[in-house]
Amino acid sequence: MLALRRSTHLLTKGFCSPVSVRTFASPSGNPPPAEGFMPGVSSSKFIKNTSEQVFANSELKHLKNGETKKLNLFQAINEALHTALVTDNKAIIFGEDVAFGGVFRCTMGLEAKFGKARVFNTPLTEQGIAGFAIGVAATGSTAIAEIQFADYVFPAFDQLVNEAAKYRYRSGDQFDVGGLTVRMPCMAVGHGALYHSQSPEAYFAHTPGLKIVVPRSPIQAKGLLLASIRDRNPVIFQEPKILYRAAVEQVPVDDYVLPLGKAEVLKEGKDVTIVGWGSQLYVLENAIALAEKQMPGLSCELIDLRTILPWDVETIAKSVNKTGRLIISHEAPVTMGFASEIASKIQERCFLRLEAPIQRICGYDTPFSLAFEKFYMPNAHRCFDGIKRVMEY
Amino acid sequence: MAPIVSFPGAVDGSHYTENLTFLLKYETIPTYRVLDTEGNVLDPAQDPKLDKDLCLKLYQHMLTLNGMDLILYEAQRQGRISFYMTNYGEEAAHLGSAAALTLEDVIYGQYREAGVIMYRGFTLDQFMNQCYSNASDLGKGRQMPVHYGTKELNVQTISSPLGTQIPQAAGTAYALKQQGKKACCVCYFGEGAASEGDFHAGLNIAATTESPVIFFCRNNGYAISTPAREQYRGDGIASRGHGYGMATARVDGNDILAVYNTMKEARRIAVEEGRPVLIEALTYRVGHHSTSDDSSAYRSKKEVSDWQRLDSPINRFRKYLENKGWWDNEKEAAFKKSSRAEILAAFARAEKQKKPPIENMFTDVYDELPWNLQEQKAELAELMKKYPEAYDASGYATSAPKA
Repeated sequence: MLALRRSTHLLTKGFCSPVSVRTFASPSGNPPPAEGFMPGVSSSKFIKNTSEQVFANSELKHLKNGETKKLNLFQAINEALHTALVTDNKAIIFGEDVAFGGVFRCTMGLEAKFGKARVFNTPLTEQGIAGFAIGVAATGSTAIAEIQFADYVFPAFDQLVNEAAKYRYRSGDQFDVGGLTVRMPCMAVGHGALYHSQSPEAYFAHTPGLKIVVPRSPIQAKGLLLASIRDRNPVIFQEPKILYRAAVEQVPVDDYVLPLGKAEVLKEGKDVTIVGWGSQLYVLENAIALAEKQMPGLSCELIDLRTILPWDVETIAKSVNKTGRLIISHEAPVTMGFASEIASKIQERCFLRLEAPIQRICGYDTPFSLAFEKFYMPNAHRCFDGIKRVMEY
Repeated sequence: MAPIVSFPGAVDGSHYTENLTFLLKYETIPTYRVLDTEGNVLDPAQDPKLDKDLCLKLYQHMLTLNGMDLILYEAQRQGRISFYMTNYGEEAAHLGSAAALTLEDVIYGQYREAGVIMYRGFTLDQFMNQCYSNASDLGKGRQMPVHYGTKELNVQTISSPLGTQIPQAAGTAYALKQQGKKACCVCYFGEGAASEGDFHAGLNIAATTESPVIFFCRNNGYAISTPAREQYRGDGIASRGHGYGMATARVDGNDILAVYNTMKEARRIAVEEGRPVLIEALTYRVGHHSTSDDSSAYRSKKEVSDWQRLDSPINRFRKYLENKGWWDNEKEAAFKKSSRAEILAAFARAEKQKKPPIENMFTDVYDELPWNLQEQKAELAELMKKYPEAYDASGYATSAPKA
């Protein structure tokens, strides 16, 4: 586990082009074919290629400086972190290997600009990182901690669930850790296997006191990360690592935030509501294109949940009351995944309007295996099949 | 001299040797003391010469802490509060260490540090209100008894999970240093908690980040029923400090002046030199672990009474005061009487108070109530209206009127 984590294995293989900083783990010659590459991200309708498209969004309209810059997701994260450090002199960034720029390049250049006291490496200890971050936040500073992979957040589970989440409540609001944000790369990457692929959001979603956020694109990543850092509650911020380089779009240059706790309707439709988050949205976009092509007249509504906890029940319920059908899709295993919570609540809210059973199209209830990833994933064909099934019910 | 190794992992340097040696035996770390068990100063140069007022304050707090423990322990036995943990035998460790700090220093405790909070100014009423989880409890009635916390006195709220406060204290110390405060963070824990992974995480991260934190281990020989011999096999907790590259001292925890001196110097190292310190205070848990524990199931009553008789931190300090002519039997009797009256009065006041408003169950989970909590709060209100016989709210304060 450690040997792999300390290397830049995932950067040097597949869709991630090799970085010059570390080469010891690189395969010689050209990288192998990018099995983890997500077809459709670059051609996605949800990716903004022009600043006109960017500012057409009602959440970004108000930005006075109309400038945008072409960034991929890791660069957008880097911009957000840069802005956080500039606008808040009590903000610090730390974690394993963040000083040289991070194994996914998200903290590039920050140590040089802001100094070792504000951007620094910690020893290799996730419970230590989380506990240290809680202490920083409890003292009124802003802690932006990084867990190298979401798969390695579990040693910090006690600190996040028993401590961070309950800090304000148990002290009667005398103390809080609102200044705490824990960033972590998550989701599948094509070849990450058991410990470089997980999506732990459902574990945390069972914990009152935490907020959980997953962005889908560079614009979203910058705005949601800045909102998370400034939110007065501890936030788990999961970054779909397959999008670090694959998702590229025009991102506003301004300092801006996007609302937490608010879903976004990406595509309006009348027949079926489809909910997802993170990189799964691009899979769903492809599945919808396939379904709408094969079933003329079909129109699907696609919603990016964005915040897992507290989630936006109103937007989903409103959509399902219109369409009468609901599909929820995530990479994490199906049993007790967050789709179960959405399905249950929407069944309560929209019982009379539902015309088909709510479908969960998710990972299977197995660990995330290396050789079988393409059979495990809730891919476009599985999602397409789900759409067909609810429409034909 | 043998050539120096060049491996990057040997940060403090090392020499090559041709002799295969496993380090097995080493001298154990000595235990620093100032007073003998008769309250005599062993080396006059070590007497901190605390003034009479401070000495009397420390001693009286020891007695008050004992008096409060007695009343609240009995209150729990009678079912008037749900839980309690006494501080018997560890009074000197609390008060000696607290007296060497300033109110700017941030405290993280475990759950057996009531003397520290008392020294900083936590009132009897505040102790009682927390134990009764009544409407005046600063924690709004949410946590078990003895889980104190006070923003005003810079004491972070105690939580039950052991050791979690150790890396947190490192983070707090780092933030204090970053914010330019001339203060440190002090983190208390027992020798049992030091077996948690968070102990390792916290000490190591404090060392590498050069955080001004003092880790204060109360080694009282037992973690509930588990004796120290089953807790670790090294030289106590202090021997670990060196492994983390940390200034470390072991002190007689029943000697209040030795504890004071140790903490005073530790604070200087932390604040002036900007680095962490580890203190191990050896003491003995005279009381049961908690009101849920009968310690005679795993240790002899004689062992306990021997400690009480032969090495009580209170008696030792009392003899020191008597040697100075600052205390006597008369003063002792008068103070105990007035202190008991104050404790009982605070106890009665706390018992009379209502529980906090029921809406406090839902607030402070987040800074604001999300939709699910609003829904659930409304659901509970409906149920209470519908089934008043199942939800007797008469013992609870009503909600504060909305502004």
